[in-house]
Amino acid sequence: MNKKESFLRKPAVQTLLSSLICIVLGLFAGFIVLLFIDARGAASAMVDIIRNFFRYPSAAVALKYFGNTIVKTAPLLMCSLSILFAYKVGLFNIGVAGQYAMGAGLALYAALGWQLPWYVCALLACVSAALLGAISGFLKSYCNVNEVISGIMLNWLSLYTTNMVLTKVKETTSPYTKNIVNVNHSALLPNIGLNKVFNNNQYVTIAIPLAILLSVLVWFILEKTKFGYELKATGYNKNAAKYCGMKEKSNTILTLIISGALAGLGAAMFYLTGYEQWQCTQSSVPGMGFNGIAAAFLGGLHPVGAIFSSLFIQHITEGGAYVDKTMYCSQISDLISSIIIYLCGFVLFMKLFINKRLNAHDEKKGGKS
Amino acid sequence: MENQYAIEMLGITKIFPGIIANDDITLQLKKGEIHALLGENGAGKSTLMSVLFGLYQPEKGIIKKDGRQVKIQNPNDANDLGIGMVHQHFKLVECFSVLDNIILGVEPVKNGFLQKKEAKEKILALSEKYGLKVDPDALIEDITVGMQQRTEILKMLYRDNEILIFDEPTAVLTPQEIEELMQIMRNLSAEGKSILFISHKLNEIMAVADRCTVLRKGKYIGTVNVADTTMPELSRMMVGRDVEFAVKKEDRTPGDVILDVKGLTVASKLHKNNAVKDVSFNVRSGEIVCIAGIDGNGQTELVYGLTGLEPVKAGTVIMKGKDITHASIRERSVNGMSHIPEDRHKHGLVLDYSLEDNMILQRYFEPEFTSKAGTLKRANIRSYAEKLIDQYDVRSGQGAITKARSMSGGNQQKAIIARELDKAPDLLIAVQPTRGLDVGAIEYIHKQLVAQRDAGHAVLLVSLELEEVMTVPDRILVMYEGEIVGELDPKKTNAEELGLYMSGAKNDFRKEAAV
Ligand SMILES: Nc1ncnc2c1ncn2[C@@H]1O[C@H](COP(=O)(O)OP(=O)(O)OP(=O)(O)O)[C@@H](O)[C@H]1O
Ligand SMILES: [Mg+2]
Repeated sequence: MNKKESFLRKPAVQTLLSSLICIVLGLFAGFIVLLFIDARGAASAMVDIIRNFFRYPSAAVALKYFGNTIVKTAPLLMCSLSILFAYKVGLFNIGVAGQYAMGAGLALYAALGWQLPWYVCALLACVSAALLGAISGFLKSYCNVNEVISGIMLNWLSLYTTNMVLTKVKETTSPYTKNIVNVNHSALLPNIGLNKVFNNNQYVTIAIPLAILLSVLVWFILEKTKFGYELKATGYNKNAAKYCGMKEKSNTILTLIISGALAGLGAAMFYLTGYEQWQCTQSSVPGMGFNGIAAAFLGGLHPVGAIFSSLFIQHITEGGAYVDKTMYCSQISDLISSIIIYLCGFVLFMKLFINKRLNAHDEKKGGKS
Repeated sequence: MENQYAIEMLGITKIFPGIIANDDITLQLKKGEIHALLGENGAGKSTLMSVLFGLYQPEKGIIKKDGRQVKIQNPNDANDLGIGMVHQHFKLVECFSVLDNIILGVEPVKNGFLQKKEAKEKILALSEKYGLKVDPDALIEDITVGMQQRTEILKMLYRDNEILIFDEPTAVLTPQEIEELMQIMRNLSAEGKSILFISHKLNEIMAVADRCTVLRKGKYIGTVNVADTTMPELSRMMVGRDVEFAVKKEDRTPGDVILDVKGLTVASKLHKNNAVKDVSFNVRSGEIVCIAGIDGNGQTELVYGLTGLEPVKAGTVIMKGKDITHASIRERSVNGMSHIPEDRHKHGLVLDYSLEDNMILQRYFEPEFTSKAGTLKRANIRSYAEKLIDQYDVRSGQGAITKARSMSGGNQQKAIIARELDKAPDLLIAVQPTRGLDVGAIEYIHKQLVAQRDAGHAVLLVSLELEEVMTVPDRILVMYEGEIVGELDPKKTNAEELGLYMSGAKNDFRKEAAV
């Protein structure tokens, strides 16, 4: 085996490479779809998507819009951390979307209804989402109900609970919740000067460094601590975990609690900036949770990788908004970004493919020598 | 002259990260012969067979079928060439019937509809012809390991395979089933099929094989005619030294009672009756007590009850004077119980963890490996694992960082044994500790069990192997249908008497008898 090949066989290199290939494939597939809808604008639409805020010639304006992208990256990152944390323990927490909705509900109600300060709002969001996780965990451990099933059920439950609760604090003339800025300033996340960095973008808050810090923390817990060792052992082989005296049932519940808390905190990190208001008539859970799944896989299921994959996914989602709406219908931005995101989920498959090619290559050489 | 070889593997080399699993190996399989493949754990037997079956691509070497060079890229190619394999761990779909498993991938179809009736007739005919008793409609999860294996064999025959590979087929079978399997293999070879047979049990090889190829540490040692060789010679070829088959131990007077079991009853998962019925016995320090019996007579559930893997229904378990009937698994472990589990993949190992992480599975929480803040002390873990690897001769590609999944079956078992023995337990519960091990490793493990006893620890051994039952323990307890039916002294009993107890023909403790 020569140097180049053994380099290609390194797991970290493979993950990175597969992620990049998936991104390229995703962009390409999106482009094909645009071509089919209307060939004339396809190239420029694609450029718009990739360019996102770079379209603005002035650095200052671009910086402000970059701020917007990262404001939405923070919750996405939290959702992908939530997914990957559970995934490492062998659980697929599809309930992340509902936990995110519940977190949003509690955070906003605490801010608008009870007029509480931001840290209490965030804490309540965390706790409520963690409780949802606990329900899934309990059902899994003691009633053998698959967490995917209970997660999907709870997604609907939490969406409508949130809609119902937040209707009490909505604006009288629209289906949206009141604007925190007008009602309760103390509930806004502190900017700690970051707004200045991004050309006075008031939405850039403590949430962003906090989310990055939490990624590192999640990595640390999973890789460096006794707790992480136990959780991963339970995920890989729960019979062996039981055999060596780990509490595999409570570990399952605890994992989903932590996973839920991460998603709930993500919701607080977004809605407590005042960037967006909750629409009390929405009939599906916010896509943030589901996009978190793609971000987790695109990031190679690594907490630090998730930082970059979340940023990328949010970047193209935002970029989609700039596609020429006179040529394409208004759903096009969502469609294209979902196609790209969808292909981003193929990282594991890509890795398999790379290895197969390497093996085939090896063999050819073996045959010649 | 017509070519006499069905398969020739010439100069095969297969390299894994850190290890040459097969180093220039040559294996020639004659038509219609039973050819045994012998070698220590990790010698590269499974790897060589996987190359033949198309699961791995060798770095070097060629394969010839009937004298013509062939390329085997994947198991489908192998199947097209008439090569079939029964793997060390079966590959059956649990929730499918025997019939569905056999036809999987080669389903007979007419106009897009499955023709199961035809398939069933063919299967029944095959099963009749070779004495492979199966119930085509039973689900895999409901049938015995023996019948699962017969299903695997039928799978090969259904595909009209001419070359049959058996990777350690006897490791999971009862003595009776082994006898049946040998007969089946003889029938198959009489039919003209060529068979490759991997086993660690020399007596099986002597009984059934025509020729035997020996590997050692990935290298080809030689091929011998079984009729011209002896068991000691085979083991010398395989290990590179003489192996002592007899277990040496001096008489000892046992000390205090370490484990005291009274009236233990454990429910069964398979049926409504109890799997363990009102069992009482004790194990003292400095003695090895063996639970003997045919597989499935409650031994597994008894061990689950003793180790806390399953709750007990009635009775008490006392260890070193303390009632541990309802203690947690962790409590039992830290109080001096070690457990070498029956199923190493299910309980014994986290296969996706590295070897070092598996080595600390029972002690990761101790201050030596975890700091007060809850972080793992990686340097200590590494040096501890390396110490055990060295001491117990656990072989693997990359040492402490090797993934447990990529290790050979026997070395996985050695890793578990190293971990459990190093705790210096007051009570060691060893369930089939030598399953799947080569003779050298078995000799070593038996020595270790005796050393535990001589150091004044109590050892409870559960074994299905008559050899082991007769030579290792100081006392034998025979289990039949969930009850202990006899206590025997290995020095005074013989295999025949043992067989009578194991089959339920003799019972010293039958309750009605006392009336
Ligand atoms: N997929 C793999 N990746 C890396 N190393 C491997 C892999 N499979 C096997 N090995 C290594 O190759 C060597 C030979 O393994 P193999 O399974 O062929 O042994 P074996 O002779 O079948 O032993 P046993 O009797 O214990 O089953 C071992 O050292 C093992 O660790
Ligand atoms: Mg093997």
